[in-house]
Amino acid sequence: MSTRPMDTSPMNTWPIGAEGDTPNPDGGLTPSQTVGPFFGYALPFAGGPDLVPPHTPGAIRVHGTVYDGAGVPVPDAVVEIWQADATGRIPRAPGSFARDGVTFTGWGRAAVDRLGRYAFSTVRPGAPGADANPYLAMSVFARGMLRRVVTRVYFPEDDRHADPLFALVPASRHETLIAVREESGSYRFDVHIQGEQETVFLAV
Amino acid sequence: MTTPHDRIDGRPDRRASGAEPEPGVRPAPEPPRRLPEFDFAAYRSTELRSPRQPLVIPPSGATEPTGPVFGVADVHPLDADLTAQHVGEPLGERIVVGGRVLDESGRPLRGQLVELWQANAAGRYPHKADRHPAPLDPNFTGAGRCLTDEEGRYRFVTIKPGAYPWGNHHNAWRPAHIHFSLFGTAFTQRLVTQMYFPGDPLFAYDPIFNSVRDERARRRMIAGFDMDTTVSEWALGYRWDIVLGGASATPTEDR
Ligand SMILES: [Fe+2]
Repeated sequence: MSTRPMDTSPMNTWPIGAEGDTPNPDGGLTPSQTVGPFFGYALPFAGGPDLVPPHTPGAIRVHGTVYDGAGVPVPDAVVEIWQADATGRIPRAPGSFARDGVTFTGWGRAAVDRLGRYAFSTVRPGAPGADANPYLAMSVFARGMLRRVVTRVYFPEDDRHADPLFALVPASRHETLIAVREESGSYRFDVHIQGEQETVFLAV
Repeated sequence: MTTPHDRIDGRPDRRASGAEPEPGVRPAPEPPRRLPEFDFAAYRSTELRSPRQPLVIPPSGATEPTGPVFGVADVHPLDADLTAQHVGEPLGERIVVGGRVLDESGRPLRGQLVELWQANAAGRYPHKADRHPAPLDPNFTGAGRCLTDEEGRYRFVTIKPGAYPWGNHHNAWRPAHIHFSLFGTAFTQRLVTQMYFPGDPLFAYDPIFNSVRDERARRRMIAGFDMDTTVSEWALGYRWDIVLGGASATPTEDR
């Protein structure tokens, strides 16, 4: 027993829970559970990372790597973004899975590769309001994460002081919310789930 | 509102203490309660994959209270029948899984995309990294989608998934479960979770299930056997209602 990597005996004292004869007996919020390691055949879909087809005029590439608390790339994460269109309007059109190549639905999904990398093709969103900078809302799910983390991807061209979120965040952490423009024109946004460079995550 | 809860893992409750805010940073109000916590030592992979800094409540933006819309073009009717995706019928116990998707006021969420994926009857996923020495089923992929109807109802036909071992600790087994993915009408409502089957003897041993420390909340992840969902001479039925929190403050124009 003592040679086990982890003593599982405390679990035997945990309340086991109901037999489940009533679905959701108290009507409360359904808890989150990890996406697990084996979503790769189910969640990714053709065109998922391409909110607009790559190389269309005005398309931008937003890419990055998801890192764990040891700075190691996470190879089993899935990243989703939701955003306004280029004029700042919130899309209301269905068709994210159908991806007709014309409709901008504002939503995309990219599973990371073995090196923890994701990439989206999208448009730079317009400002969502007079007193806020444009951003992508981003979720990251992974094995080992019991809940998603949520953040915002801001763009380096915008004055951070114009957006109210930055006043709520220590200046030392501002950079974690701002994509880096690369020579190629791509925007790089790495996600650090934990550690020195931990990304600012939002309570939503 | 928030009740302090026990930490059986012996780690300090970072959420309560938080990090010392830097001077000039406004103190944030209490964030909305989401279950479970990120960090649960018995589920070992959470150790390096859980944020350590306090979450920041964002100023109300225009984006998070809204979310993507899905429609009939996104889903094929056969996507809801996981037993009909191949030439032959899959092995195992055919079941019907259905229920409603609701917001926290109990209102049905209509036209909602529901995604689901699961292991086959032998407890095996068709995934390269799944090393469990159990057979793949050429007639079962284990992924489906559907849209909720006018009353927020969804319904899938599938095979009861098997339990499977995992490397978290010695003799670790996941209780049979189906993975679910839901969107709601707002980015804030997005939920990925797992549905469990009633009476599973593995509940007491599973750190992922038990990461939800509140027993009432844990019950919400367990489907009920349901005679009304059961189809005579054909398949047992399980009913599972899903409640999404974090709705948009403004009413949505769903049509
Ligand atoms: Fe699983």
